[in-house]
Amino acid sequence: MWLVKRYRLFLAVAFINLLLLLLRPSVGLDSIILSADSLQQMLVVIPPIFVLLGLLDIWVPREIMIKLMGKQSGIIGMTIAFSLGSMAAGPLYAAFPIAEVLLKKGSSFFNVIIFIGAWSTTKIPLLLFEASAMGWEFMLARFIIDIPGIVLIAYFTEKLLSSREMDLIYGNKEIGKG
Amino acid sequence: MFTAVLYCLASVSLFISFIRDKKKTIMALKKAWKSFENILPIFLTIILVIGIVLAVLSPKEISQLIGERSGWLGIIVAAVIGAITLIPGFVTFPLAAALLKNGAGFMQIVVFISTSMMVGVITIPVEIEYFGRKATCIRNALALIFSFVVAAVIGVILI
Repeated sequence: MWLVKRYRLFLAVAFINLLLLLLRPSVGLDSIILSADSLQQMLVVIPPIFVLLGLLDIWVPREIMIKLMGKQSGIIGMTIAFSLGSMAAGPLYAAFPIAEVLLKKGSSFFNVIIFIGAWSTTKIPLLLFEASAMGWEFMLARFIIDIPGIVLIAYFTEKLLSSREMDLIYGNKEIGKG
Repeated sequence: MFTAVLYCLASVSLFISFIRDKKKTIMALKKAWKSFENILPIFLTIILVIGIVLAVLSPKEISQLIGERSGWLGIIVAAVIGAITLIPGFVTFPLAAALLKNGAGFMQIVVFISTSMMVGVITIPVEIEYFGRKATCIRNALALIFSFVVAAVIGVILI
């Protein structure tokens, strides 16, 4: 029963898809094919990401993470966060579990949002796709504009949160650890 | 290619970890499974939603909405479509190129690319689980605003 409860949202959407299949067969079928595509993509990318996450969680001591990406890590922390995100593969939602481990290990929130920003827009494998579809000039222009943008977004996201709200974000991770 | 690198990295790390300490490695795998299992229901739901949204909106329909002459309204529509649909990155660019060919406007497409990458309305529930409501809203709102800035700057540089 708990399984049905955990997956109730999924079941609801699956039901909508089923209706679509009955009412507009071609659209319903398209959507199933598209979903199967994304599912396949997800299943390919996710196992190594989560294995690396588990290993990172067990092996990297908190002190080292704080030093590399913590509050005092400055430009080095930013560079690490940016590179980590840019080298990533996979959709944005795969980045959140990684962000969680980074936070738990003592990375600053600012650096984690930089990581998310880089993951979402400046992924290196994607830049190649971008250059081939839209041209090199387009890709480079967007890349150069995105770097300060990512930093500004991270800066303001952190500034607009009160320290209590920040504690809550970090606190969640501690509870989630159990 | 990239996935291959990822797999190599993961298997080598796993191997080294296993040699160094069996117990710790098993613990790591358990943690990996647990965090995956935690997020699985939302993952699966999102994947279905993506399928439905993409099936309902065809490239032709989108092109009509955000054509060359659609102006500000078209830019806003492009931003909203990009923000809502969570299109995998390597689909975004070919799709953007196809939309341009079908008559979509340049600025509209730039906004669409930016919001589709940085803003994820569909994934907001996942993001909230990790960052809380406020941080999630702020990040997505700022990314949305920033997408317009990107379009304006690229428009000035490239047109």
